[in-house]
Amino acid sequence: MENLIALLIAAPLLGAAVLLVGGRRLDAVGHWIGTLLSTTSFVFGVILFADLLGKDAEHRTLTQHLWTWISVGSFQADVTFRLDQLSMTFVLLITGVGSLIHLYSVGYMEHDERRRRFFGYLNLFLAAMLLLVLADNYLLLYVGWEGVGLASYLLIGFWQHKPSAATAAKKAFIVNRVGDMGLSIAIMLMFTTFGSFAFGPVFSHVGDTSEGKLTAIGLMLLLAACGKSAQVPLQSWLGDAMEGPTPVSALIHAATMVTAGVYLIVRSSAIFNAAPDAQLAVTVVGAVTLLFGAIVGCAKDDIKKALAGSTMSQIGYMVLAAGLGPIGYVFAIMHLVTHGFFKAGLFLGAGSVMHGMNDEVDMRRYGGLRKYMPITFITFGLGYLAIIGFPGLSGFFSKDKIIEAAFAKGGTEGWILGGAALLGAAITAFYMTRVMLMTFFGEKRWQPDENGNEPHPHESPKVMTIPMVVLAFGSVFAGGLFSFGDRFLDWLEPVTGHSEGDSPLSAGTVTGATMVCLLIGVGLAYAQYGRKPVPAVAPRGSLLTRAARRDLLQDDFNHVVLVRGGEHLTRSLVYVDHTLVDGVVNGTAATFGGLSGRLRKLQNGFARSYAVSMFGGAALLVAATLLMRAV
Amino acid sequence: MSFPLLTATAVLPAVGAVATAAVPASRRTAAKWLALLVTLATLALAIVVLVRFDPDGARYQLTESHAWIKAFGVRYELGVDGIAVALIALTALLMPFIVLAGWHDADPLETGSRRWRPTQGFFALILAVEAMVIISFEATDVFLFYIFFEAMLIPMYFLIGGFGDRAHEHGEEVASTQRSYAAVKFLLYNLVGGLIMLAAVIGLYVVAGNFSLQEIAQARANGSLDMATNTERWLFLGFFFAFAVKAPLWPLHTWLPNAMGEATAPVAVLITAVVDKVGTFAMLRFCLQLFPEASKWATPAILVLALISIVYGALLAVGQRDIKRLVAYASISHFGFIIMGIFAMTTQGQSGATLYMVNHGISTAALMLVAGFLISRRGSRLIADYGGVQKVAPVLAGTFLIGGLATLSLPGLAPFVSEFLVLVGTFTRYPAIGIIATFGIVLAALYTLVLYQRTMTGPVKPEVSAMPDLRVRELVVVAPLVILLIFLGVYPKPVTDIVNPAVKQTMSDVHKTDPKPSVEAAK
Repeated sequence: MENLIALLIAAPLLGAAVLLVGGRRLDAVGHWIGTLLSTTSFVFGVILFADLLGKDAEHRTLTQHLWTWISVGSFQADVTFRLDQLSMTFVLLITGVGSLIHLYSVGYMEHDERRRRFFGYLNLFLAAMLLLVLADNYLLLYVGWEGVGLASYLLIGFWQHKPSAATAAKKAFIVNRVGDMGLSIAIMLMFTTFGSFAFGPVFSHVGDTSEGKLTAIGLMLLLAACGKSAQVPLQSWLGDAMEGPTPVSALIHAATMVTAGVYLIVRSSAIFNAAPDAQLAVTVVGAVTLLFGAIVGCAKDDIKKALAGSTMSQIGYMVLAAGLGPIGYVFAIMHLVTHGFFKAGLFLGAGSVMHGMNDEVDMRRYGGLRKYMPITFITFGLGYLAIIGFPGLSGFFSKDKIIEAAFAKGGTEGWILGGAALLGAAITAFYMTRVMLMTFFGEKRWQPDENGNEPHPHESPKVMTIPMVVLAFGSVFAGGLFSFGDRFLDWLEPVTGHSEGDSPLSAGTVTGATMVCLLIGVGLAYAQYGRKPVPAVAPRGSLLTRAARRDLLQDDFNHVVLVRGGEHLTRSLVYVDHTLVDGVVNGTAATFGGLSGRLRKLQNGFARSYAVSMFGGAALLVAATLLMRAV
Repeated sequence: MSFPLLTATAVLPAVGAVATAAVPASRRTAAKWLALLVTLATLALAIVVLVRFDPDGARYQLTESHAWIKAFGVRYELGVDGIAVALIALTALLMPFIVLAGWHDADPLETGSRRWRPTQGFFALILAVEAMVIISFEATDVFLFYIFFEAMLIPMYFLIGGFGDRAHEHGEEVASTQRSYAAVKFLLYNLVGGLIMLAAVIGLYVVAGNFSLQEIAQARANGSLDMATNTERWLFLGFFFAFAVKAPLWPLHTWLPNAMGEATAPVAVLITAVVDKVGTFAMLRFCLQLFPEASKWATPAILVLALISIVYGALLAVGQRDIKRLVAYASISHFGFIIMGIFAMTTQGQSGATLYMVNHGISTAALMLVAGFLISRRGSRLIADYGGVQKVAPVLAGTFLIGGLATLSLPGLAPFVSEFLVLVGTFTRYPAIGIIATFGIVLAALYTLVLYQRTMTGPVKPEVSAMPDLRVRELVVVAPLVILLIFLGVYPKPVTDIVNPAVKQTMSDVHKTDPKPSVEAAK
């Protein structure tokens, strides 16, 4: 059975190769090849899942060794896969949601002449993401890690004739590279500490080393997670990444790739459990990001950017949970899966709206769309209820557990983290209600574009609505399915461990408080966007609103300090290299051999004569050595 | 006496060079085909060397030894270890692509141009360089090595100075001046390095009484040849200086951007992917073996210079406006990695550095040759003259991107393996240097992707709107390189298996062992 693991990856990889190398002759069928191979991978995933379920909990780890990748001295990296409950969960999420989004894209990208290539990239993404979660060592994980970064780069910049898309793609890759530095250093630290970076040897020797080393490794892994999962301070790329086609935003920048940081932390639980300082840093990053993303989400008028802020915020919840240790690991992953359903569904809904609105993204130009696109409205609405944590829907179960776990951390930290999580719940309810009201309720606000084409909102074709309906089912039922009888907890516990913590508040109190927050958020949003008409042009807004529209000025900071500063640095270095370094080296040589004078002569046209004389010298040298032989 | 395989591998392209030069002027195409056949036959011989070489056998294999200049004990002595075999294979592998990519680079210009472009000469010079580079990798006699190390400057000079791009954005007059300047700068820098090395070579003879690498290294190892500390250090510096110019190491690097910028793309590849490798190779072979104590003494300073090269080269690459100069500065950054790996004095560092030499050769060839195809279409090296190429020439853009991704060491492609090995090999001994060097991976992403964005994406510029996509000949050049980059990225074992034993030997020459992991050390 373990031989199937490689096939999980091989199927989409084959798809990518065929579609990208195959050329135009595959244009007519490329999208179906891509969808078929994605689905094939999903089927393999289901077979493996059934196999794992048939074993008892302690024996649900399969490994498959393919070949030795790098072997230099004691540095050993193997191409080995590990399928356990954690990676299995991801495999099903990636291939399941991935296949649905492939299907959706068949419709969404129908009029794009480069559709075949789009599916090639999507398949490449699936292969890389599966490699990321199936790798049995950190270096192989790194290949998947940057592989998804590459796919993300290619897909954000898919419409690369638009300079904004090309810039966003580059930005995403480079910001992620900063995170990758963290992963590189973490792997190097593991090698110098444990002599290995394979999961087994590292995790089993955690007890033999100092906490300081583990903290360093943990912080470096956190840096990596911040890049990939768009956590503060490396979050700046995610909003811009919305330049990519909407199915990409749904799959990569909401449901799967951006959650890789959470996977990394939970996978490295053995390290983090032994490094409380690193864990604290993780929770702080999570708490800050969940508020940061939520605030940004409140201010955006671009529906995709509002959802992107929300994604950041929701991943903040997961990171917070992952930082809590065994109290939170299971719920981090559970929220990750439910979020995968409802956020993918919300993005597909947003795509469907854009599809019917001539690619308009400004919510101030929507309004009243529920009448025109009922299926989109209902599925989006269910996703909305799920994300705000409406009782009984998926988000309710998973988010509530995280808030509980945050309080259960105990002490002042517990109160602060729990409070932040509660506040986040209120803001989530606010900004999502805002999106809902601005898009589907109120009066229509759209106008003809500059060419005089008025949008004619309409429901999307079945190939697009079916995936939305399926995801809506997940948004509604997944949480309950996972929670009743602690199914998800029992499934993951053998990998992540679990403890209850010590909450100062009862579960009922937390749930009650969350409900109050939810009502406040919804109420405030209704007061502002439901009872009053929405202005078609954004009002100036408060200082905070204006800052939030600009991503809380973090981008401006980056631009001034890093971009401008970097430009000045490189420009002055170019100058220095040309004058100083070149000059000093030439000048030093001049003191020995008059080189610089001669170089100056060269520019006056003596080049050839001088060169000839140099050759004369060289030739003499060779001749002399040959002559010596005769002697 | 068995067949002198190593001599044959070097003599074949040398004879080929003479034969190509002798093809009558009217038969230009025949000369090209002859050159291509010679490079392919040399590749075949290199493969025989590769197959005959036993990684677990003696240190130097396929040895040849003949008396040459008896008065000074100079011998014609050849032999290869795993590191040399890998680099000979790289050289022989790249040459057919260089010839094929430069197929039209020396065609006569349109009537009316004053530039004289002898086609036969171009290919003959390339073959001459190949011969000299190969014998430099094979020579185990210090003097023999020195002669060819220096002699290859002559054909390189003519290649740089004589054959620029077909068109130049500032016209032929400026181009000619810049070419001459670049060629002479290349020559002067390397000659100065060579002269200093010559002094050190003579000094070595005075101390050791012969030029045989094996004899001297052995005598050093068993203590029968003692060098005064200062003598060893001076001699080391003499050798190292020449290799550092060739490699090139900061601050001796400024000749490279000029040379690579003015030369045609295939010649630029010849410089950075092939000729410069002799420098880093010689550090491993001569500096470490002949002067182990001095090498260790100089290590901190060299690591700092290498680190500066890595960061400085990358920053300069970011600031370039000329495609070829950008690749040149990227190479300077990569040579920093190679030198850092060599002097980290760990197994991973040195195996990684050797693998890096091979991978850098392939990845730079891929990136630079595609850049050359691009430049030949538009007649400009300036990044700002391009835009939106992806739309009109998707295959060209795609291969350019793959070359770029290899340059930024994307995991899954060959350079990642070597770069990571160098980083980890450095980190185990010098954590701070390893961490700072890691910034190089961010900067590499920056200069590569900025280059790609500015040339390939965005609205299609009118000047590139009629640009044809890659032709068959160009695809034949690029496709195998791309396949190799992927293959060696997922399965570098064929190279590391050959290199590892040689590195083990070098490590024992300098009496160094890898640091133990702290968990084991604690037990």
